[in-house]
Amino acid sequence: MSNAPDVKRTIFYDYHVEAGGKMVPFAGYLMPVQYTGGIMQEHLHTRGHAGLFDVSHMGQVVVEGEGAAAALERLVPVDLEALTIGQQTYATFTSELGGILDDLIITRWADNCFFLVVNAGCKEQDIKHLREHLGNLDITYLSGHSLLAIQGPKAKNIIGELAPPANELFFMNGCRVSIGGIECYVTRSGYTGEDGFEISVSDENALALADQLLAYDDVQWIGLGARDSLRLEAGLCLYGHDMDTSKSPVEAGLSWSISQSRREGGSKSGGFLGSDRILRHLAGGVSKKRVGFVIDGRAPVREGAEIVDDQGNIVGVITSGGFGPTLQIPVAMGYVESDFSAVGTKLDALVRGKSRAMTLVKMPMVPQRYYRGH
Amino acid sequence: MGEKIYTRDHEWLDITDGIATIGVTEFAQEQLGDVVFVELPEVDALLAEGDEVAVIESVKAAGEINTPLSGTVVGVNTALIEEPELLNSSPQKDGWIFKLALDEGYDVSELINEADYQDYISENA
Repeated sequence: MSNAPDVKRTIFYDYHVEAGGKMVPFAGYLMPVQYTGGIMQEHLHTRGHAGLFDVSHMGQVVVEGEGAAAALERLVPVDLEALTIGQQTYATFTSELGGILDDLIITRWADNCFFLVVNAGCKEQDIKHLREHLGNLDITYLSGHSLLAIQGPKAKNIIGELAPPANELFFMNGCRVSIGGIECYVTRSGYTGEDGFEISVSDENALALADQLLAYDDVQWIGLGARDSLRLEAGLCLYGHDMDTSKSPVEAGLSWSISQSRREGGSKSGGFLGSDRILRHLAGGVSKKRVGFVIDGRAPVREGAEIVDDQGNIVGVITSGGFGPTLQIPVAMGYVESDFSAVGTKLDALVRGKSRAMTLVKMPMVPQRYYRGH
Repeated sequence: MGEKIYTRDHEWLDITDGIATIGVTEFAQEQLGDVVFVELPEVDALLAEGDEVAVIESVKAAGEINTPLSGTVVGVNTALIEEPELLNSSPQKDGWIFKLALDEGYDVSELINEADYQDYISENA
């Protein structure tokens, strides 16, 4: 089953196995869900030291051509023309109906060139979407490239030694840099809530780059399990769980990612797929929205659990949930009817027929520690 | 304690005078990963073989424990409420889950001994 020929491996596969990685199929790849330390240890290691993540399964795509910024703006509700070279932004690919096709990070590489990192499970569909809508631009999938993330409070010390210019970057900025003679594109970004970096590197140099990072005592491999618990505590969405085509970015709590200029009254209001519905949601509010919870007791509340009010009425559903190793309590996120979305609201989740009391909290549940300068 | 016997669902039983102490094996705890919560049965609950009796929640997922034999719950390991990690550190001793007073005429012929269990996991790992 897991050895089916269509299951791909990243360039780091042997490294994962060597490190005790428990390899599982994920989005068409065999990926490490955890190593010998286990999810709890890996999670805490990342929060306290530096975790190394193989995220090479994600799609790295370059969009290039005359008018690339304006053209891409038809697919994402952000102001790409306002990005400086090297600057990046979080975005959603919106659907015609105002839902979310995928979420991604867009970095401006040059006036007419953008670098996109998209979800592994969506990348083929995303490339098709880009080609359908942006026929006049070159859409290149960087198939020969790997992607590593180094995340946690010690990441800056390591990158500071290996790639000093990259350590000068602020959150959501990137630059080309040589690491021990290896050409890389490094951004100060990640999916853990910690300060950290993502490094795009050619496959042929990828193992040598990993060797340099793993040479530090503070660095260890971190699997998908801890990646999920880290992003959950950081209040970050997982596509296909916390958002999908049935939710608008406003419902998903991602209004912050819609640029002012693309909103009603902005200098280039609308003009992206589904903008009518999305701008209506921004102006008029939504009937349901994504919120975060901390759960009383120790029993985790997981995806799919129904959320009920004190009368037992179903008012929402959990979309991600688990134990938060940093907080040592269960945490979750989900969608609730807007009437029940105030911070501090007490609700119950139904788990195996039992009510689990929980409190709606502001996200992130663990403070983000992004580097934005002094 | 007597000699442990095992199920192919990675539970162990230690039966003394018709009362079985039941838990999960070392192999099971490794598969589960870090345990954060154990939902224990009610004392006096009447269980038929195969009934769900407990749920073990790890960071990763929830795993159900079904009772391998029929009987009445006569004890639960309340230490697991405060220290669910006992299930990782000592699954076959301090991390026992529940005690079952077995129904008359219980049958352990489907259960296997330690050596056969070790063979079973090495064949199926």
